[in-house]
Amino acid sequence: MDTTEMTGAAMVIKALADQGVDVVFGYPGGAVLPIYDELFKQNRIRHILVRHEQGAVHAAEGYARSTGKPGVVLVTSGPGATNAVTGLTDALMDSIPIVCLTGQVPTHLIGNDAFQECDTTGITRPCTKHNYLVKDVNRLARTLHEAFYVATTGRPGPVVVDIPKDVQFGSGTYAAPEGKQKHKTYQPQVKPDRERIDAAVDMLLSAKRPIVYAGGGVVNAGPAASQLLTEFVRMTNFPCTLTLMGLGAFPAREPQYLGMLGMHGTYEANWAMHDCDVMLCIGARFDDRITGKLDAFAPESRKIHIDIDPSSINKNVAVDLPIVGDCGYALEDLIKVMRARHKKPDEEALADWWRRIDEWRAKKCLSFETNDAVIKPQQAIRRLYEMTRDRGDDVYITTEVGQHQMWAAQHFGFQKPNRWMTSGGLGTMGYGLPAAVGVQLGHPDALVVDIAGEASILMNIQELSTAVQYRLPVKVFILNNKYMGMVRQWQELLHGGRYSESYSEALPDFVKLAEAYGLKGLRATKPDELDGLIEEMLAHDGPVMCDVAVDPTENCFPMIPSGAAHNDMLLAPVAEGEEAIGAEGKMLV
Amino acid sequence: MAKTGTVDQPGAAYTFDSQEKPVRRHTFAVIVDNEPGVLARVIGLFSGRGYNIESLTVSTVTEDATVSRINIVTTGTEMVIEQIKAQLQRLVPVHNVHDLTLEGPHVEKELALVKVKAKDHNRRESLRIADVYHAQVADTTLESFVFLIHGSTEKVDSFIELMDALGETEVARSGVVAISRGAEITPV
Repeated sequence: MDTTEMTGAAMVIKALADQGVDVVFGYPGGAVLPIYDELFKQNRIRHILVRHEQGAVHAAEGYARSTGKPGVVLVTSGPGATNAVTGLTDALMDSIPIVCLTGQVPTHLIGNDAFQECDTTGITRPCTKHNYLVKDVNRLARTLHEAFYVATTGRPGPVVVDIPKDVQFGSGTYAAPEGKQKHKTYQPQVKPDRERIDAAVDMLLSAKRPIVYAGGGVVNAGPAASQLLTEFVRMTNFPCTLTLMGLGAFPAREPQYLGMLGMHGTYEANWAMHDCDVMLCIGARFDDRITGKLDAFAPESRKIHIDIDPSSINKNVAVDLPIVGDCGYALEDLIKVMRARHKKPDEEALADWWRRIDEWRAKKCLSFETNDAVIKPQQAIRRLYEMTRDRGDDVYITTEVGQHQMWAAQHFGFQKPNRWMTSGGLGTMGYGLPAAVGVQLGHPDALVVDIAGEASILMNIQELSTAVQYRLPVKVFILNNKYMGMVRQWQELLHGGRYSESYSEALPDFVKLAEAYGLKGLRATKPDELDGLIEEMLAHDGPVMCDVAVDPTENCFPMIPSGAAHNDMLLAPVAEGEEAIGAEGKMLV
Repeated sequence: MAKTGTVDQPGAAYTFDSQEKPVRRHTFAVIVDNEPGVLARVIGLFSGRGYNIESLTVSTVTEDATVSRINIVTTGTEMVIEQIKAQLQRLVPVHNVHDLTLEGPHVEKELALVKVKAKDHNRRESLRIADVYHAQVADTTLESFVFLIHGSTEKVDSFIELMDALGETEVARSGVVAISRGAEITPV
């Protein structure tokens, strides 16, 4: 028998193996049973059984974001596919390469409202980079290879391949991946135009108040791109700020680092953005949490924007010099061209600029006051950071969404890319725990901590079972303030302190919950218990869930209120009853 | 009190284009793989991102029917038009996107079938107007005509307006098809 002749289900496994996949996150069901049967017969690909399909996609995201490889998901038709939608949307917003295989009812039943049928390609069309419905088994292998190519090249993103059950059972010819995939219509530009690089260097050398604003695109371009960014910033001594998605793309310990920018960014980063005269945006997309009030966004600046996705350019903010290309290539060229020039950046102007930045830095916008009675959430994250710093690069942080996420972004320093996994674009509560599961699978010996809130963690708490089943020593570090903290903060600032439905009522006992799932459970309620808890958590050779009771009234500052500009930040809590945000801002979340 | 586009732009959380910028009408030719779902991708992009579609036509244009051409008439500010092009280009089955309005002179035509129900003087008048517009009679009964008219959107509009004045009408329009002027062939 011809060895390339096989069933569709066997093709799926073979294609995954040929694509170098070693782990698949999934959940079985009627419409994918043939594929699960093939999984059973082999040992090359490890299947991780999650407890909910949303968890499968987030786990794949965590795996992808931390390893640089695509994350693979396998779910059944109908509810399997619809449960994956949040994860797919999350991956699309944050440009994470995911290949999601969904089972589908047999082709002859499609459109008949069959059991567990849904229009998977219709539902996922707007939340994937691309999707396929494979109706012919002879096209299956090629489609799978193409799915990997589309997911991982250009601006990465999620790709769905919907495979009807009869195609899985059917027999056809397997096509091996071609050495270098060349797609007839999909050909992202990775090499930037040389002339534009020249023009960018001209602009940068003429700058008196430059700033480098880098984002997740640099992380997606691979660790080498982060190296190049570091080299570029050191070489020019330009100040550098990172977006939420970009944390780690430039080492936090470097003197040029201004911290994160945007709504909860640092005072110095946002002021420097506002006052700069030349902005170099690399792999970021002028998101509304970054820009603040658009017509007051860096009003005196000329802007260079490097992005691999042409649709990111001139979307929110009109730029003076767009450069389409991969961040790594662009940075390499920038450095090369800059080195070849005799002219150097204006040292004197730059020294002046740094003096101004140092004044902003002197505000110490991230400082907080501790006391003996109650743990400050910032303090908990600071201690976690300080007590894990000696582990070097082997620390991976995931988060849920809300105040704890912003505090983690502000207070945990990242020196390397791929160490920080968070849901930036979509802001998905429940992302962190499954993502931590995925990260730990990619890095079995590393320390993986999900910094969580007590509300977020409950959104995908079932994934504790996954961690236990596969002996994944993930640490869940809950900052428990008994509120949906960010909601409460906005209600305090915007809605007169009417805390509508934002109190975390009837919370479980997280220590008992951890124990019920088979984890170690720890609790700290007083500041003097914090270090002991972290020590015990780190010392335990298995999964741990920590319940850290923190100050329930603490707000996340600095903050740019909606409707305001970068130079209009809030640093301290506003007086009781006073509304910091105007009527226009209220409409904007 | 309703606020107009001149208020301070409240862009902190979500970006609004509150300043009134000039809106232009653009005609796009989008060359796509003729595969299931491709039209849904294009239309979904427009509705999902809040772009206008004034007219849309689609048909295969190659002998082997593997490639389709979608003609779209849309309106938007310069920034939005640029976005539409970039977003369309980003769809995997899209070969290329041509902003005919930007790329230079082009021909835009529309076809319509206009049924008008009229008697006596109005019936004779409708025939006379059709003659002026070079519309052909595609069907007739003793109390109605179906006219076939083609030309610019404005011409079709004004013809329909006149027919409306003469009697009860029913209209079927094709939407705009467009092609660049000159000898150059757009590759598929």
